[in-house]
Amino acid sequence: MEILVCVKRVPDTSENEIEVNAEGSDIERDDLVYSVNEWDNYAVEEAIQIKDKVGGSVTVMAIGDDESEEVLRREMAMGADKGILLSDDTFEKSDGRGLATILKAAVEKGNYDLILTGAQSDTGAAQTGAMLAAMLDRPFASLVNLIEVIDDSTLKIGREIDGGNQEMHEIKLPCVLSIQTGINEPRYVGIRGIRKVASVEIPTMGASDLGIDTATIGDAGAKTKCIDYFVPEMGEGAEMIEGDTDEIVEKLVEILKSKGGIK
Amino acid sequence: MQIFAYIINKNGKADDTALELALAAKKLNSDAQVTAIVAGSGIDSVCQEVSAAYNEIWKIDNAALAYPDGEIMGKILPKLLPDNAILLLAHEYLAMDMAPGLAVRMNSAFIADVTDIEAVDGNVAKLIRQEFSGMVSTHNTCDMSDGAVITIRPGVFASEETPSVGGSVVDKSGDVDIPDTGRKYLETVEAEVGDVDISNSEVLVSVGRGIEEEDNIEIIQELAEAMGADYSCSRPIVDAKWMEKSRQVGTSGKTVKPKVYMALGISGAFQHLGGIKGAPFMVAINKNPKAPIFQVADIGVEGDILEIIPELTEKVSELKG
Amino acid sequence: MEHVIIPPATYTILGIPLLILYIIIPIVGVALFTYIIAQRLQPLIKAAPDNRFDQLGLRLFSMIKYAVAQYKQPRYMLAGVLHIVIFAGFCVLSIRSLTLVVVGIKSGYTLPFFDTWIGTIYNVLKDIAATAVLIAVVIAGIRRGIYKPERYKVPEKYGKDHTAEAVFVLAMIGGLMVADMFFEGTDLAAHINRGIDTHYFLFPLTGTWFVTYILTLCSDSTLQFLHVISYTTHEIIFFSFLNFLPLGKHFHVITSMFNVFFMKLNKGSVKPVKWGISDDQLDELESFGVKKFEDFTWKHILDFYSCADCGRCADQCPAYHVGRPLAPRFITIKCRDYCFDKYPLKDESVDRGPLIGNILEEDEIWSCTTCGACEEECPLLIEYIDKIVDLRRGMVDEGMVPQSLQKPLNALGKRGNPYGKTEKKRGDWTKPLIKDEGYECKILSGKKAESAEILFFADSITSYDDRIQEIGQSVFRILKACGADFGILGPAEKDSGHEVRRFGEEMLFQDLKEKNTKAILESGVKSIVTADPHALNALKKDYENLPPVEHVSEYIYRMIQEGHIKFNPLEDQSDIYVYHDPCYLGRHNLIYDPPRMVMDAIPGLKRVEMERSRDRSFCCGGGGLMLFYEPIEETRMGKVRVEMAADAGATVIVTACPFCMVNIEDGIKTSGLEGKVRAIDFAELIDRQIIK
Repeated sequence: MEILVCVKRVPDTSENEIEVNAEGSDIERDDLVYSVNEWDNYAVEEAIQIKDKVGGSVTVMAIGDDESEEVLRREMAMGADKGILLSDDTFEKSDGRGLATILKAAVEKGNYDLILTGAQSDTGAAQTGAMLAAMLDRPFASLVNLIEVIDDSTLKIGREIDGGNQEMHEIKLPCVLSIQTGINEPRYVGIRGIRKVASVEIPTMGASDLGIDTATIGDAGAKTKCIDYFVPEMGEGAEMIEGDTDEIVEKLVEILKSKGGIK
Repeated sequence: MQIFAYIINKNGKADDTALELALAAKKLNSDAQVTAIVAGSGIDSVCQEVSAAYNEIWKIDNAALAYPDGEIMGKILPKLLPDNAILLLAHEYLAMDMAPGLAVRMNSAFIADVTDIEAVDGNVAKLIRQEFSGMVSTHNTCDMSDGAVITIRPGVFASEETPSVGGSVVDKSGDVDIPDTGRKYLETVEAEVGDVDISNSEVLVSVGRGIEEEDNIEIIQELAEAMGADYSCSRPIVDAKWMEKSRQVGTSGKTVKPKVYMALGISGAFQHLGGIKGAPFMVAINKNPKAPIFQVADIGVEGDILEIIPELTEKVSELKG
Repeated sequence: MEHVIIPPATYTILGIPLLILYIIIPIVGVALFTYIIAQRLQPLIKAAPDNRFDQLGLRLFSMIKYAVAQYKQPRYMLAGVLHIVIFAGFCVLSIRSLTLVVVGIKSGYTLPFFDTWIGTIYNVLKDIAATAVLIAVVIAGIRRGIYKPERYKVPEKYGKDHTAEAVFVLAMIGGLMVADMFFEGTDLAAHINRGIDTHYFLFPLTGTWFVTYILTLCSDSTLQFLHVISYTTHEIIFFSFLNFLPLGKHFHVITSMFNVFFMKLNKGSVKPVKWGISDDQLDELESFGVKKFEDFTWKHILDFYSCADCGRCADQCPAYHVGRPLAPRFITIKCRDYCFDKYPLKDESVDRGPLIGNILEEDEIWSCTTCGACEEECPLLIEYIDKIVDLRRGMVDEGMVPQSLQKPLNALGKRGNPYGKTEKKRGDWTKPLIKDEGYECKILSGKKAESAEILFFADSITSYDDRIQEIGQSVFRILKACGADFGILGPAEKDSGHEVRRFGEEMLFQDLKEKNTKAILESGVKSIVTADPHALNALKKDYENLPPVEHVSEYIYRMIQEGHIKFNPLEDQSDIYVYHDPCYLGRHNLIYDPPRMVMDAIPGLKRVEMERSRDRSFCCGGGGLMLFYEPIEETRMGKVRVEMAADAGATVIVTACPFCMVNIEDGIKTSGLEGKVRAIDFAELIDRQIIK
């Protein structure tokens, strides 16, 4: 099975404090450490596991600049066979639809049975996979937390829905799936693995290589645009209790008692 | 502009978000005629229910739609909706499945998980959404000249209002062909039932990443026991396998409606808060004074739960004698 | 002497001389033995190289100390004494055994010089030795077979019990002793019965003495019969025993001398990924670590052969004690059995494939805190840490790392600390000292680098953990009080990489080592002080070409001796203090006394010792990456250790390691001893008492 996984280089938010920069135009990126989007990483691991079971190859693809190569290489060190970088000045400031347009053009240059994306990334829009599927006119499912290969043309998948329940579907290949975290346990990638793929070539494709009409992408083609970043005022928020631990505990007990929290 | 709202319904009842979308539509255009779209099987009662808030209700009743299917609706709606329509949906599982693709097929703009609608200038809406798990917000423009698909975060337009618009139901079932989508729904596997059903709990002691280690979970259980309450958690705790899934509060976990909710070491990501209904009295303790939870809690403490909770447990036990 | 009864060498049955038998037995025995040893050497030839031929003088000394003088045996007194008796007896009796083999062919044979008074004395020693051995094996047999001590038990998942094999061998040894007593005794009895001088000094109350006098009751023909039978029995048992040794745990009888000679000399260090491959050649290696059996070095395979299955390692292992799926003993036994199955003597070879997932489990290998208690205990000096590290290297190479460890490892790679916190803030722990206490702190790296004599290497936990920063601050004040000219590296410091290396991520370790070494050498310091025993061990054993490194306790001890510091008496003298030896200060670096002597220099301080102290200290739970790992266990090591301290009557536990502090404070909470026992770091204690 030929599998494509779309990955994105995002700031690592675990311990980093994300703050708005002085101008309010973006977040403060100076000190940030970047890594592959967590959801995308689960997708790559899933792709590799499927390949191990049924054969084929896994390609990872990213839209970005040179720095995105680092992320592609890491996923290749994990076990992806090929990496492709889509890079062009005209790609910048694309909205979700623009990004999907670029990916669609790249997908049409290849021949993929299964396309995976992460369910969402740092923007939380959760849109890329679905849009790509619609543009390619392929069946789609989001928030996938289980994939079983039935045969060459069919997959059985599970979708995560509310209450921790799981929707089971059968879906025809070729298709697009967006992957939810927790679908598997991604393997570790160490420095050694990354060094091994350090010199593997990662072809880069730009707008003209992909044959994209630049009016449909970038700032020009964007129908939704982000104007600025801000941190909303706290508003009323919580009434904060002060004091040392003893005092805080005393007050809490009183409050909980009065609100019926202690039975 | 023609505004439509897609109504999520289950077991003959409309979701809470049905009303919220009507209010969101009003914010986009206070004069607009807003049409609700209700799809499913045997949905007359749902249509009646939402007629209070909408000018018109389009009913799509078909056995094939008994179970909500994003792929099917994603192909039906572009044919059904007029050009340049604006469609609002609640940002949840069905919308994540169908909304972005729908926008592509309708050739219109798309913006997801909107938390506020600030203004509309001609065809351009100014909307607010969040990024980085709610740590920052952004102002965005959405050019709706070719229509738009907008998903709204559940709860942001919640209101106590009871509207009485009283729209009429239009049966569009006949205008619709059920397409072959390449995806077939099989069944829904229910989450394992744990020993306690927290969705019925009155008082919940809930823990998040702030607990740091699995062995510290004990102190949460001890507090719950002392208070006579049940204990629950946020998603990361379940992902780490420190508590069963049945104790997860959140959009991908259980929906709870307690009277009192203790949010301990929980940052307050909307996916967690999305599982809390009924505006309980919330006490939040977190090391980070900027944690979003403090915006929603009634009482807040900036502190280390590992220090505070054992003492709290002791005091509560003393109180009970 | 004249033969009163016919010796075996001249005895015939139906005209056939038994001599033939006594020639055949040794030949077959030795031939079979040679074949078996050759088979046992096969895997060693295929194994990875190991560097064990350095410092031959020290090796020889160690061999004499540990193998000949049985130095570690008395750590378990009863078993130890029994073993020493049996071993010493064997040494003495080896001469007799050789003689006996030849006696069956040439009767009356003695070794050169043994036909003189030397031989008479030897015979006395031989008889005493044989008696002692017999008594010892009987006691051992009863102990093994009836009392069944805990540490020999074999949990179900590891297979069937080993008691039968143990008792069988004891029986064989007993049989050898008895057969010889009868062989000697029958001859002596025959002489005595005829009143002929034996020219033999029968030492009273030895086994031979008893047997001889009982045998005098027998007729000549009985004596003759018993004489030949006992000889034949002895020879058969002897050569069977010889060939039985390489089949199981008694192989140690043969391999122990070698295993000890080839012991690991540099404690606390970790073997390179492959001997003979330097650090800059590492990128060329196809595979890292131990994945298949032959990836072990020949010495490690020799270790598997040499295990006596005594269970002392597992008995001391803290992981085993708290119910983790790890018992060092069974790693060795399982690998040994794997080896025997893959390189069999007569059956078909059974190759179970990669070790992890077949005979070893992932969690089994991740559970080890590398505390070294097992290695400290093993009388055969079998190594475990290097093997565990090698197995971890193999798993890391294959991506098989638990999710709980992936986050800190990624953070270490990106940020130089496992918490993922920004490098810029690494030196911020000194801020309160500067702002609130008016100190000045030198930063020895970066654009505005200052210079100093001493570097205080803080390492990650002291730099970033709220609680542990207090320890760093205490050390800072102490160094200032001593007038030391010191500084910190600040943002340029990276994690020492101590656990990174021991958890198998060798390349990340090399990266951290390179960066730290550069920063340290560029700073130009003359010496390094640290309060973190893991950092201490890393800088001393894993890094190269650095200025001398010492632990803060050694530094303070020196300051006391040189009269630079004095202590205030303790305010609360009702407390009972106990010192907990951190694994990486004590066992791995032999620093037991300086912290104790410093504590004893504080007026009014009352100190007790835990039963398990010094080289028998019980690991607190581990440090570095181990704090992130989520083990499967029944209780926590920290809790067990705190309970030990309480049992010793202590109210204050003093530790000298930041990770011990984390685990002990946690243990105090979870053991419910809060309020009864508290913990203080060594540096914090000194900081409190030092006259500034």
